Amino acid sequence: MIDPITLITALIATSTPILLAAIGELVVEKSGVLNLGVEGMMIIGAVCGFMVAVGTGSPWLGFVAGMAGATALSLVFAFLTQVLLSNQVATGLALTLFGLGLAALLGEPYAGIIPPPTSDVFPQAMHAIPVIGPILLSHDIIIYLSVALVAATWFVLKHTRVGLILRAVGENHDAAHALGYKVVRIRVLAIMFGGACAGLGGAYLSLVRVPSWTEGMTVGAGWIALAIVVFASWKPWRALIGAYLFGGIAALQLRLQAAEIGVPVALLDASPYLVTIIVLVVISSDRSRAALNAPAALGRVFHATS
Amino acid sequence: MTKFTKLLATAAVAVGLALPAVAQEDPFQIGYVYVGPVGDYGWTWTHDQGRQAVEAAYGDRVETVYAENVPEGADAERVMTQMILGGADMILTTSFGYREATENVARQFPDVHFEHATGYLDDNSPSNVAVYSARFYEGRAVMGHIAGHMTESNIVGYIASYPIPEVIRGINSAFIHARQVNPDVEFRVVWAYTWFDPAVEADAAQALLDAGADVILQHTDSTAPMTVLAAAGAYGFGQASDMIQFAPAPRISSIMDQWGDYYVRRVGEAMDGTWAQSNTWEGIADGMVGIGEMTDAIPAEVRASATALRDAIAAGTYQPFTGPINRQDGSVWLAAGETADDLTLATLRFYVEGLTGDIPN
Repeated sequence: MIDPITLITALIATSTPILLAAIGELVVEKSGVLNLGVEGMMIIGAVCGFMVAVGTGSPWLGFVAGMAGATALSLVFAFLTQVLLSNQVATGLALTLFGLGLAALLGEPYAGIIPPPTSDVFPQAMHAIPVIGPILLSHDIIIYLSVALVAATWFVLKHTRVGLILRAVGENHDAAHALGYKVVRIRVLAIMFGGACAGLGGAYLSLVRVPSWTEGMTVGAGWIALAIVVFASWKPWRALIGAYLFGGIAALQLRLQAAEIGVPVALLDASPYLVTIIVLVVISSDRSRAALNAPAALGRVFHATS
Repeated sequence: MTKFTKLLATAAVAVGLALPAVAQEDPFQIGYVYVGPVGDYGWTWTHDQGRQAVEAAYGDRVETVYAENVPEGADAERVMTQMILGGADMILTTSFGYREATENVARQFPDVHFEHATGYLDDNSPSNVAVYSARFYEGRAVMGHIAGHMTESNIVGYIASYPIPEVIRGINSAFIHARQVNPDVEFRVVWAYTWFDPAVEADAAQALLDAGADVILQHTDSTAPMTVLAAAGAYGFGQASDMIQFAPAPRISSIMDQWGDYYVRRVGEAMDGTWAQSNTWEGIADGMVGIGEMTDAIPAEVRASATALRDAIAAGTYQPFTGPINRQDGSVWLAAGETADDLTLATLRFYVEGLTGDIPN
């Protein structure tokens, strides 16, 4: 039978890259910007993190480099969409293409290399504590960081002035501008945050979860992160649930197969997507836009007239 | 996602085809269509090694172009057509799913030679299409033999890609030879439904380890399972490429695809006008399937018996599917001494007796 403890442990590791990317994109979208380049930023994070971790022998520098690399890429997006006022959808797609290609080029000499291991936070002895040991105490710091990041994002968006301003910019950029807020500056910062989160998620993929560099290794994780933001209806804790749901079903279906329990694999594989569609149908069946919770200015170009 | 990879592929072709235009005295042009990236260190990488072998063998007389990450389907037709309009004299498509696209384009360009990997021919196949594949199941037999000896938990994990005859053949072959040396061994098969997705492959390896497996075979293309096995102290086998960087453990041997000799031979035939339609299925004996170095992690006597098995297959004195073998439901498939013919093997869709799971539809 399936051991629920190893399942939960695996689920958390499986979900973390998607969760990190999703929480970053959530903040970006809350500021009214739709960045479809998550996949590209993730893979740049994966390759930059891998190169630096292998070069220096330190996974921590690798994580920082992954964040820096993806942030740099997100600045390209920020410049094009916020300064040159290009179309956000097209620019985001282009960013993904560019990121995938650039990562393949950069990572070519790194295929087949094993990165330095990332240590766990708590000593090995504590992993042996029944139930809570493997589930809560057996992880590396990035996993704890990802949950802390969700909490912090929730707190900042909901309970601080910074969050209020960010939301104001995302709901109505003209009004925010009239109030004297620097719409473009705030959005650029949000885009950079999204880039750093996606980069960290990518670096986690190449340094911890897989761990090795392979061209094209994100294989759609960035797109799932985008779907989770919608699934979560732009709420941080729901993004955590959504990411763990995706990861949980992926981990569960492999274990059901390994335990030779006869379930239709294809159906389980498709179930997170089915759940997303159902959630979307339910929340959008309410006529009011508020129920959908999408930032009102999402994807719209802001051009300061005065 | 497919749309973007298509764009990438098209761009790659456009760039690739721009280069040959400056060449002198019209070399023979060959276009490769790849299903994955050349950097996958697995399937596509081995085909690209074959492409490089062709370049090394003929130098300036040939010119090769390739397109990576080409989706199986109509997009592949466009990529091939573009290559031919750019001057390609020969097209090699390196995945089963390109079959229809390859035949469609071949009908339009009867003067171009086509080679389709892991495909099959039927009455409607155009005469300028040849198919080729390797008898990977011969290599799987040797891997299964080693796995049967090496497992201590008596559970061997198997990361499968899609439920097609080639993959099912491999599972059966590995299982039969694991059981031969270890009557208590059981296989756990996980279908990943992908040829290449490092994260899913790593998760599948972890799921199998959690289910008790201590030796894992893979029929997917990335090295991700190896890294999981390394962390857990379990054993595995290189797939498609040697994956030697994971030796001496977890990679204790490997099954290698070696296309170079075939590609060099076929390109040579095409250039001197002797190329003809053919259906090639070669194994260890012809060098299309290679068995990678068996490391010291394997006891010496097992290395010796595995080497003997490999040599017997190469010499033709032993066929991996030799009866008595029953189907999973207990009915007789091969009587004692009987061997499976190629047609049966090419269309194999059932497990042999002793395997416990079900093949998904």
